[in-house]
Amino acid sequence: MLVSKNKVTNSLLKSEKKSLSRFLTLYIAMIMFMILLLSAYYYQTQEKLMLSSQRATLFKYAFIHTKRLKVLHHFFDERVKYPRDPRFTSAIYDTDFKEIFSLLNNKNVRFDKEVSIVDNHIHFLKSLDDYYLGTKYIIIEVVDDGIWREVIWKNIIGYGLIAFFIFLLFGLYLAKLFLKPMRDSIVLLDRFIKDTTHELNTPLSAILANIEMMDTSVMIEKNRSKLNRINIAAKTVSILYKDLTYLTLEQEKVNHDEEIDLQALIKNRTEYFDILVQSKHLKYYLDLEYSTMFVDKRKITRVIDNLISNAIKYNKRGGLLGIQLRQGELSIWDTGIGMEESQIPFIFDRYMRFNHSEGGFGVGLSIVKKIIDEYNMKIEIISKKDEGTKMVLRW
Amino acid sequence: MVRRLLLFSLLTCGIYAQDAFERNCIACHQALPATLQEMFKHYLLIYSSEINMKAGIKHYLRYPTKDISAMSDLFVDNYGIKKKSTLSQKELDEAVDIYWEKFKVFDKLK
Repeated sequence: MLVSKNKVTNSLLKSEKKSLSRFLTLYIAMIMFMILLLSAYYYQTQEKLMLSSQRATLFKYAFIHTKRLKVLHHFFDERVKYPRDPRFTSAIYDTDFKEIFSLLNNKNVRFDKEVSIVDNHIHFLKSLDDYYLGTKYIIIEVVDDGIWREVIWKNIIGYGLIAFFIFLLFGLYLAKLFLKPMRDSIVLLDRFIKDTTHELNTPLSAILANIEMMDTSVMIEKNRSKLNRINIAAKTVSILYKDLTYLTLEQEKVNHDEEIDLQALIKNRTEYFDILVQSKHLKYYLDLEYSTMFVDKRKITRVIDNLISNAIKYNKRGGLLGIQLRQGELSIWDTGIGMEESQIPFIFDRYMRFNHSEGGFGVGLSIVKKIIDEYNMKIEIISKKDEGTKMVLRW
Repeated sequence: MVRRLLLFSLLTCGIYAQDAFERNCIACHQALPATLQEMFKHYLLIYSSEINMKAGIKHYLRYPTKDISAMSDLFVDNYGIKKKSTLSQKELDEAVDIYWEKFKVFDKLK
């Protein structure tokens, strides 16, 4: 199915971000481990290559030195001057690895390897069959200029970085591929909501208008309670409709910011929700001081409506709905089902619902978050499972 | 009588003034064309280290055969194999230690 993306779904959801960051962390760790492993293998191979290229020369030096030792052996101890060569330094050891004589700059000799690198020196070990002057092992030492090492490091860093970025791009592409089904379903849901919202407006307005116009004084009690139930249902749908309309159509409209009397606005909204509050037998606790905010009225109404609506929806029957207003701070709390602490970071994700017993699409708090972010407000959520939730808005 | 006693005393003192190596080795080897130094180098060529070499010499002195001699076949054919050593273990160890110290390569190369 062809699904178009709107402006809202282009931004990543928190759960999407979490999946993406987890995948990328694991992927990058794996890539780095693989590159390190390959680098170590490459380094070792290049080192072996360099040593094998040096081996022929060192073997020649060892052969020359053996000949000189042979001569010295025959003329010992008339001649006691150890043979020296400007091309290399050397040492001789007996079968017990005891040093007979040494001119080495680095005496840290390895007898288990034919060619070894010891602190910027290359050592070549030759074992003799005839022990001239008691020599079982000759060590030939030359200085290691380290140029080969620089070349290897340059290659490792250069090619390593290129490989890393290529793999990283590939990883991002893979991550997008994995997240596509999730994203598509969100876009599809958005599209569906957008299309159906248009169709809700006319019948809903008609229902609400007619309820308002009805003269309940002439009704019998039974019918009056039925009408109340219709009114509650219609208002619930109306709030949902307003949220969905805001989400799909209104949020892109230009803001008309003005000084809003929050005390009056909240009173108005509590009256609007009164019938819902009564239906759940909730008690209001209102402590409203005069407070103003420079904001678009539609948007702050959506915030207040959603916070009050949630406090009603997730409250216990006969519970308390508290609203406290101070300059720069609005608190709305309930004594309802509450949440786990681990759920709190995800409550602003769109379509996220922790409780499926109540209706809704899970878009209310997503709208709240968008608006409070737009106006640089802060929201604090204090919640305890089975005790209730408190939302504190600061500006 | 007094003269004889004096001569005996002087000879005894003269013998014990020498070390185990001089007492037991030099006298016989003086008659051979290869010096003790050359023989030492032959041993070095075969045994290399101090421990191996001392063990090799001691074994040869106790059980001398042509097969384990450090000298060439020509030398052995001409001058033969020495007789088994009858020295005490202590005397033998001392003589070989002195031999090693006298001709070893260590600390001599420059």
